[in-house]
Amino acid sequence: MNPRVEVVALDCLMLRLFDEIAEANMPWMLAASERLRTAFGAQLIDLVPSYTTLMVHYDLTLLSPAQARELIAEAVVDLAPNARSAGQCHVLPVWYDLSVGPELSLLAERSGLAVEEVIRRHSAREYQVFALGFAPGFAFMGLVEEMLAAPRLSTPRKKVAAGSVGIAERQTAAYPVVSPGGWNLIGRTPAKLFDRHRDGYSLMQPGDTVRFEAVDHAEFIRLGGDDTPLEALP
Amino acid sequence: MSRLTIEASTPLCLLQDAGRFGVRHLGVTQGGAADWCSMSWANWLLGNELDAAVVEITLGGFAVVAEEDCLLALAGADLGAQIDGQPLAPWRSFRLAKGQTLRFTQPLLGARAYLAAPGGFTAPKVLGSSATVLREELGGLDGMGLPLAKGAALGYSGEALATREMPSAQRPDFKMHAPLDLVLGAQIGQFSGQSLFDVFNSAWTIDSRADRMGIRLLGAALQYQGAPMISEGIPLGAVQVPPDGHPIVLLNDRQTIGGYPRLGALTPLALAQLAQCLPGAKVRLRPVVQDVAHREHVEYLQRFKDR
Repeated sequence: MNPRVEVVALDCLMLRLFDEIAEANMPWMLAASERLRTAFGAQLIDLVPSYTTLMVHYDLTLLSPAQARELIAEAVVDLAPNARSAGQCHVLPVWYDLSVGPELSLLAERSGLAVEEVIRRHSAREYQVFALGFAPGFAFMGLVEEMLAAPRLSTPRKKVAAGSVGIAERQTAAYPVVSPGGWNLIGRTPAKLFDRHRDGYSLMQPGDTVRFEAVDHAEFIRLGGDDTPLEALP
Repeated sequence: MSRLTIEASTPLCLLQDAGRFGVRHLGVTQGGAADWCSMSWANWLLGNELDAAVVEITLGGFAVVAEEDCLLALAGADLGAQIDGQPLAPWRSFRLAKGQTLRFTQPLLGARAYLAAPGGFTAPKVLGSSATVLREELGGLDGMGLPLAKGAALGYSGEALATREMPSAQRPDFKMHAPLDLVLGAQIGQFSGQSLFDVFNSAWTIDSRADRMGIRLLGAALQYQGAPMISEGIPLGAVQVPPDGHPIVLLNDRQTIGGYPRLGALTPLALAQLAQCLPGAKVRLRPVVQDVAHREHVEYLQRFKDR
């Protein structure tokens, strides 16, 4: 870990902690995030975490660029990884089925594994939430095992159903709302991922961990899932 | 509560305020008035909070009828506003009598006009703001991110007594094309020498591919020579350069994280200026020292304190 501070805008500085995506980054990222929130207090407008960086958007009517830089420098002195798991652990039920996850067969073909084995392996790991982006509540999670990694579709779909679970390279994610998307779809979760009426709005927050649990069609429907096949989306 | 009925609108007529904050880590974009200066002046003219909800009218095609006698304010672009056919210049508050129609015809100078009402237009706050973001289905009159539609009612409950006009010295001059100030970013040194020369020494044309997410600049193709980047937070005004080499200035409705290299970010004052440029306009970029830009910004905010 080698913290550097970079200028990104008149009122934003980037704290760069790592140069590569790794699950081992997370305890450090969480610790730095906590330190920055404490150091800036009400002078912080937004803190945007990503895989290796934390973007600090501060109130430029209260702090000069030099003062903000100083606050960041002080906040990361003697930074130690956050030992206790600060994040929540979520279990997301997923109905893995070709009608809602057509790339299950593609992933099976690429890996030489049976479809059941692809499902078993995707749901066997606990994933880290690295960052949220693309859409409200869209969590970039990883890392899926190498065998299941696959590049994004060369032509993104115009419409991906809400709850769709997908894989892109060694990352996995679930779409909170209907949107265009290029991830390899393998199933669908009934979980409501973003809710404007919920405390904290997003089910998953950076630093949380997630496990997928395979459920059958009946359970998926019982949990409120919508089984409209992809090609039948309105 | 006083009311205006919308008689004509377009998908580019949106309820906006300063935007959503404190939620960027959840993937929620900022939204808010693209020209925050004109929004603030429209509110200033009525003695409102500077970030009260206003109507952002891009290019025109908007009309309202007053259901009661109203006192409203207009700032920003001159979109050929008329009250019952009589021209109305921006940068003033004005009376709209019951039954009169305020109509925005066509862009005469600038691109975005801001219409304010006493106390701000009434709308639910969703995640702390009424800013309309279509893509995220957040904000606006019903909170679901829809543009203002014909037939809808715009309400407000504040009061303003006297009309006033903004001193002409304070008005931004949309005719003068001052260079746009750019705070240099961390990847600036990884563009080719020729690219760096081109960035600051040539004119850039505003592309027709311009919306509230971003504005593409046409000119020399820029060459990034650094390593591929891992996605990271994107600030307002970031000037990113995708592999085709054509820079895109990211605006209020931008994605929250992304992995294209950046030249840096425009200052908030430069962004307000850019938000008033129409496709085809030429702009130039100028590097600015962060401290100098900070001082200018704080000085500009001081102007709103004179009431």
